[in-house]
Amino acid sequence: MKNWLREHGLAMRDALVRLGRHFVATILNLLVIGIALSLPLALYIVLENVSAFSQQAAAEPQLTLFLRSDADQGDAQSMEARLKSHPAAARVQFITKDRALANLEKSAGLSGVVEELGSNPLPDAFVVTGHPDQAEALESLRADAAKWAKVDHAQLDTVWARQVEAALRAGRATVAALGLLLGIALVAITFNTIRLQILNRREEIEVSKLIGATNGFIRRPFLYLGALQGLMGGGIAWGLVLLAVNALERELGVAVSLVSPSGHLATLGLPETAALAGLATMLGWLGAWLSVSLHLRRFEPA
Amino acid sequence: MIRLLGVSKRYPGGRDAVKNIDLGIARGEFVLLTGHSGAGKSTLLELMAGIERPTTGSVTVSGQNLGRLSRAALPFLRRRLGLVFQDHKLLFDRNVYDNVALPLRIAGFASADIPKRVGAALERVGLGGREKHDPVGLSGGEQQRVCIARAIVHRPTVVLADEPTANLDDAYAREIVTLFRHLHEAGVTLVVSTHSIGAFGGANARQVELRAGEMTNPQGART
Repeated sequence: MKNWLREHGLAMRDALVRLGRHFVATILNLLVIGIALSLPLALYIVLENVSAFSQQAAAEPQLTLFLRSDADQGDAQSMEARLKSHPAAARVQFITKDRALANLEKSAGLSGVVEELGSNPLPDAFVVTGHPDQAEALESLRADAAKWAKVDHAQLDTVWARQVEAALRAGRATVAALGLLLGIALVAITFNTIRLQILNRREEIEVSKLIGATNGFIRRPFLYLGALQGLMGGGIAWGLVLLAVNALERELGVAVSLVSPSGHLATLGLPETAALAGLATMLGWLGAWLSVSLHLRRFEPA
Repeated sequence: MIRLLGVSKRYPGGRDAVKNIDLGIARGEFVLLTGHSGAGKSTLLELMAGIERPTTGSVTVSGQNLGRLSRAALPFLRRRLGLVFQDHKLLFDRNVYDNVALPLRIAGFASADIPKRVGAALERVGLGGREKHDPVGLSGGEQQRVCIARAIVHRPTVVLADEPTANLDDAYAREIVTLFRHLHEAGVTLVVSTHSIGAFGGANARQVELRAGEMTNPQGART
C-alpha cells in the first residue's frame, strides 16, 4: 500500500513537473479547456437564475380580475363572496382603482403624468392568490370569472411562468447537448496533448519498457497529466463564470432584486463546483487514457 | 540459467535472423556471442531478454519458459535481468543519477535505498561522484559505463550486453572488458555479444560463434 501510494505520488509529481516545464503551452491548453467548459457552465447559471425566478413566480399563482368601470360596490362585494368560497383561492384582495393609482405613482414615479390625465384610468381589481398546487383550479376559475358580467378581463399570472418553464426545458436540453459536445472537445484536447507528450518522451518510454516497466507504470504519469489538466481547466471555467456573474450583477444593479430576493444572482454552489471539478478531471483522465492506450501499443517491446 | 532449444526467429519479410539454435548457459558463466554484423547476435540476446519471441523453439530463463509468459508478466522478468545496449540508450534530458536510478524506480525500490544503490553502482563502474553530470557531456566510454551501472544497479544475476565495446577506442574498450570480468568474478551470469573478440582476450569466457544465424560450433552448445 505504501509503495502504491509512493508510485502514485511520484507519477503526480512527474505530471506537475511536466506541466510546469512547458508553462506557456500548459497555460494556453488550460485556457482553451477553461473557455470550452465555461460556455455550457455560463448557460447553466443563466438557466438556474431564470428557473429560480419562474419558480418563485409560479409558486403562488395569482389571478387578477379587472372590473368594468360601471361595477359598483355591491357588485364588488358579491364577487368577493364568490371568490372567497372558491376552493382554489387561498387569499382574495380587493384593490380599488384609487389604491392602484397610488401604487403606480409610488412605484413608477409617474405623479406628474397622472395629474395631466385629469381622471384615474385604472379599474378596480381583485387579486386572487391560489394554493401552490392549485394552478389548474385557478385556471378554471379564470375561465368562469371571465364570463361574469362585471369582469372586464381575467388574467392568470402563471401562464407566462409556464411558458418560461417550457423555454427552460429547451434551454436545459441545449446545455446538455453543448456540455456533451464541449466535453468531447476536452477529451480531444487532452488526447492530443498526451499524444504529443508521448512522442516527446518516446525514448524514455522505449528504454523503460526494455528494462521492465509495465504499461501501468508508463501510463500513470500521463493519466495524472490529463486529469490535472482537466481539473485546472475546470478551475479556470469556474473562475471565468464567477467573474461573469459578478460583472453581470454590477451591470444589472437593482434589477437583480427583481430576479432574486437575496439581491444576488445564483452562482455555482459547493455541489455544482464539486461536480464540475469531478467531471473535468474525469474527462481529462479519459482523454489521456484513450491516448496512452492507443499510442503505447506502437512501442516495442510489447 | 538460460536454455534455448531449437530456437529460430524469422522476421516479417522472410529473413531468418537465427536458425535452430540450441544453447545452454550455466549460472555464473561468461559467454561471448561472436560473429560478423548481421550474424544474429543481437537477435539472440533479444530472445533471451523476452524483447523478441521465437518463431519456433523455446527460451527458458531462470526456469521460466518465456513463450508461456503473458505479455503482462514479461516486464517482471526483464526487471531481473541487466541489459547493456550498444547505443547505451541513456536519457539525455536526465542526469547520470536519474538514468541509473530508473530501473530501481520501475521496480518500486524504497526511496531511501535508491541513492545508496546508485552510488554503489557508479563507484563500481568508476564514475563515483558523477551523479549530477549530464550524459551528453560524457565520453563514449563513460556513457557506456553509465549504461552498465544502470544494468547492475538492481543487482541482477544475469547481464545481457549487446556490443558493449563497439564504437569505443581500445582504452575505453579495455575498461569495459575489465568491468565485465569483475562482474563475472562476482558471480553474475554474463552473455556478451561482440564482433571483436580480441577486446575480450583476457576474459575467461566461453565463445559461441554465429554465422548467418547459425552456430558454427554446436559442440559448444552445452544444452
